[in-house]
Amino acid sequence: MNLPIYLDNNATTPLDPRVLEAMLPYFNSKFGNAASRNHAFGWAAEEGVDYAREQVAQLIGATEKEIIFTSGATESDNLAIKGVFEMYKEKGNHIITCVTEHKAVLDACKHLEKLGAQVTYLPVKEDGLIDLGQLEAAMTEKTILVSIMYGNNEIGVIQPVKEIAAIAHKFGALFMTDATQAVGKIPVNVIVDGIDLMAFTGHKMYGPKGVGALYVRRKNPRVKVTAQMDGGGHERGMRSGTLNVPGIVGLGKAAELCRLEMEEESKRLSALRDKLQSSLLEMEESYLNGNKENRLPHVTNISFKYVEGEGLMMAMKDLAVSSGSACTSASLEPSYVLKSLGLSDDLAHSSIRFGLGRFTTEEEVDFAIEQTKKAVNHLRELSPLWEMFKEGVDLDSVEWAEH
Amino acid sequence: MAYSEKVIDHYTNPRNVGTLDKSNNSVGTGLVGAPECGDVMRLQIQVDENHVITDAKFKTFGCGSAIASSSLATEWLKGKSIDDAMKIDNMDIVEELALPPVKIHCSVLAEDAIKAAINDYRVKNGLEALVSEKSHH
Repeated sequence: MNLPIYLDNNATTPLDPRVLEAMLPYFNSKFGNAASRNHAFGWAAEEGVDYAREQVAQLIGATEKEIIFTSGATESDNLAIKGVFEMYKEKGNHIITCVTEHKAVLDACKHLEKLGAQVTYLPVKEDGLIDLGQLEAAMTEKTILVSIMYGNNEIGVIQPVKEIAAIAHKFGALFMTDATQAVGKIPVNVIVDGIDLMAFTGHKMYGPKGVGALYVRRKNPRVKVTAQMDGGGHERGMRSGTLNVPGIVGLGKAAELCRLEMEEESKRLSALRDKLQSSLLEMEESYLNGNKENRLPHVTNISFKYVEGEGLMMAMKDLAVSSGSACTSASLEPSYVLKSLGLSDDLAHSSIRFGLGRFTTEEEVDFAIEQTKKAVNHLRELSPLWEMFKEGVDLDSVEWAEH
Repeated sequence: MAYSEKVIDHYTNPRNVGTLDKSNNSVGTGLVGAPECGDVMRLQIQVDENHVITDAKFKTFGCGSAIASSSLATEWLKGKSIDDAMKIDNMDIVEELALPPVKIHCSVLAEDAIKAAINDYRVKNGLEALVSEKSHH
């Protein structure tokens, strides 16, 4: 077992060696520009891209023409939201999203607000899921887009996408989903789910960084987005720029592997995740964040009360994890996602996200359990709050000198 | 962001972790910070009849830099008179631990904890509380 152990697979995943192998020829012998239609170098590159498009489309139940390659999920989110706003402005200016979305969605919406968009930011319930009744109540005849993420990056909860899509369509709006954390991890099918636009990326599914895709529906209805970058009219005019051929080939291979191995992999990972989670929740004053059932198979987010997340991560020095504590940022504000679940600031500061992945072993999980418990106990010995809690002091009754 | 060696040392082997009897008149206690902010420091000093600090203990809820700042503070306090201890400046802590700008608040908190502990001792022993000339808030 090599240390440190990587348990931050929601941030990024390692490249699968089989993906790397598929990419390599496109860095040297097949270096051509996929848009060069008049010679063999171009054809070889184009062939690689076409095949990748099929592989990606197959993973999500789409057709090749509905896949637009981008630089990653952030670009796909921006292209979808801004592109729909521009394309459908005659129809309306209202967009509905939710407070736990990724910043790429939230900030794209904020940008559009300055350009005249009306945006509704739906709250989430304590378990991290939106209330469908609230969504329906927020819909108006001006609503052009509902953008709700598939699986959350911090707590892993899976939104009721199919039901959300049905509500959006009932009111004539498009449904877009940021599925960055879900694609390749759980079955995602754009037809079954009723998705009109979907953003995802290579590096969260054992593919390379710097390449992603936007699914844009072509039938029932035919969806169009206005390009956000002007140039050579690549990707059916929706995304100009010379194609990142090695990256696209890698994304394609990654998608194929996910499609073939997902069923087995998600079973294995959810068993390991459950083991990690239940062992850690045995500890006194530890709490699971987010809905327990509707969740991605590989992630868990736990708050260890009375210890601070960043200090805790330092004690877990052989584990690469992440925390909802914002001690590293100048704002001192902890995770907005955890806070929108109604978590108090101190519990948000005390959270750790564990993200398992394709290469995580049971031995590593056992080690992680042991080291986390040790670290939590060590820091609780150092914590004045733990001592006060043990003495029966009600911490809410203490007058803290906020700084 | 990487931690300095000194922060790691204090974090891994924190000096003077513990609790003194806060009801004792020779003990001064400073509890600063707030759980919502992600930092709470409790610093305690044991003071002799000559107003010299003979022992210091801390417990801290916070990041590695906050723990290291309070651990360092307890080391510096031991053997100092309460008047000299009052002169410890947060920037001395920043320098000693090589804290980056985003961690300066940890040193500020440690300085606040020192002053709060001294003032607690002073008030308990019939001395007036001293007001720091600089305000961080």
